[in-house]
Amino acid sequence: MKSFWSIYRARNREFYRDKGSLAWTFAIPLLIVFAVNYAFSERVETFFEVGIIGSADQLPAWDFLHQPYTDIIYYGKGNVGEKTAMKKLLHHELDLLIRIGTPHTYWLNDTSPRGQLIADIIGYQDDHQSVRNEVSGQKIRYVDWAIPGIIGMTIMFGGLFGAGYVIVRYRKNGVLKRLQATPISKTAFLSAQIFSRMTILLMSGIIIFTGSHLWLNLVMMGNYGLLFLVLLVGSGSLIALGLVCSSRTNSEELAGGLLNFFSFPMLLLSELWFSLDSAPEWMQWLSGVLPLTHMVAAARAVMLDGAHFLDIAHHLIILTVMWIVFLAIAVSLFRWHND
Amino acid sequence: MSKRYRQVQAVDNITFAIQQGECCGLLGPNGAGKTTTMEVIEGIHSADCGEILYHNKPINASFADEIGILFQHTSLMDFQTTAEVLQMFQAFYPRTLPINDLIAQCNLTDCVQRYATQLSGGQKQRLLLALALVNDPKILFLDEPTTGLDPQSRRHFWQLIAEIKKTGKTIVLTTHYMEEAATLCDRLLIMDAGHIIASGAPHQLLVNHFGDEARQRNLEDLFLTLTGHGLRE
Repeated sequence: MKSFWSIYRARNREFYRDKGSLAWTFAIPLLIVFAVNYAFSERVETFFEVGIIGSADQLPAWDFLHQPYTDIIYYGKGNVGEKTAMKKLLHHELDLLIRIGTPHTYWLNDTSPRGQLIADIIGYQDDHQSVRNEVSGQKIRYVDWAIPGIIGMTIMFGGLFGAGYVIVRYRKNGVLKRLQATPISKTAFLSAQIFSRMTILLMSGIIIFTGSHLWLNLVMMGNYGLLFLVLLVGSGSLIALGLVCSSRTNSEELAGGLLNFFSFPMLLLSELWFSLDSAPEWMQWLSGVLPLTHMVAAARAVMLDGAHFLDIAHHLIILTVMWIVFLAIAVSLFRWHND
Repeated sequence: MSKRYRQVQAVDNITFAIQQGECCGLLGPNGAGKTTTMEVIEGIHSADCGEILYHNKPINASFADEIGILFQHTSLMDFQTTAEVLQMFQAFYPRTLPINDLIAQCNLTDCVQRYATQLSGGQKQRLLLALALVNDPKILFLDEPTTGLDPQSRRHFWQLIAEIKKTGKTIVLTTHYMEEAATLCDRLLIMDAGHIIASGAPHQLLVNHFGDEARQRNLEDLFLTLTGHGLRE
């Protein structure tokens, strides 16, 4: 344990005494948050977002549904599709949700101005055969939806590259070889790397969250401790994956290629910037095997839906298993030197 | 013991013993197998065949507690002061020397609060020596410890090693400086192409090879006589 804490402290010193690295690590994510807020807060939407549960052939005969300014999004029948669509209506991501049937059933959000506008339009056009329901939910701005993704992205890059490149540098310049000549074990060394990096990444996540909360009035419906737990296991799994990528090589180019192999799919498929609800099934499956997807989904559920522990337990279990498996692989593949 | 790296037979079936308390020098041209021999003994590499015995028993994990190593090329973690590096290495061992003693012994008093990466060549070598001594090792491995140092720093380093010798520690040293070998080593093993081609006390080796002319010859003459004048790499 003494060895572990010794490496942990040394690695932390390496980070916080490098002022340039320190500043960039914390400043860049905050700049991205403000850029996203600025870019999307002035957006003028020119159409209604309508969710449909059921077949396209049996849409109600309301004119506005067939106009170019209305975007129709179809959700699968059953609990999962309906639950997803309802959540979007609650967050004002949908203005109207219709379940096709006889009669049709539709839901509006009574706190949404556009939802009320649709209610008035339907009032003129409806044959009074449809069943109307109302739900209430706070509007989720794009920046509220994006911030869990930005925190996740920061942790992903910091975990994969921050941990991976350091190991390659240590191996290349002989730091690891010198440590090999001491009684420290691979497990103690790698665990110290993980926990040191995790400390930095969690601080980074807290700074992004606090900055967004103070200046952008970020939505936070759930428990702070639970969000912290999500970021903790998420960062653990991503750092351990970074260590797998750097477990043997002393080539920065090779390590960079391996790290990009994992980071690019996560950047595109882990729902950082956009939802994959309407993406092909294979893409959604691929998204589901990536650790960042689970971390962002769980963080978003806690922050935007007020999810409890049991609601996100499956994400936490998957991330914990990934963390253990990646660490075991990293320890078994790890070499102190490549002479 | 033998060790091969892909196409290169680095060490080829050598056998030797080092006595407790002696300073044993490994000499040889570049690529002779000195560093490989040393690193196999240290446990950094495994031998392809053969065995390393310590007190007549095969070495095991606890051997790392008994030895101190100064590698030919070593970097330390960035942004750590001399004192912090020593404290970090102290934490790896069950039995250690007080840091203040190491700082005094290796003349590091002036650079205790300086980052290790900002030290001069001589100061850095003294810090690496202090790290090798942090666990009060019984055996000290020094791989070309004075390469790249100016003559003053080199002679100062020799004094440090001579002081360590007096404490009864066993020292295994590789060097390209014949004067260093003559000054510090009780016994020399001269290697070439992975083989030990001569061994013995420095003066005895000169007598064995040059007979009556031994007084007029030095270790460099002996080295060149045994290993030839041709470039090795």
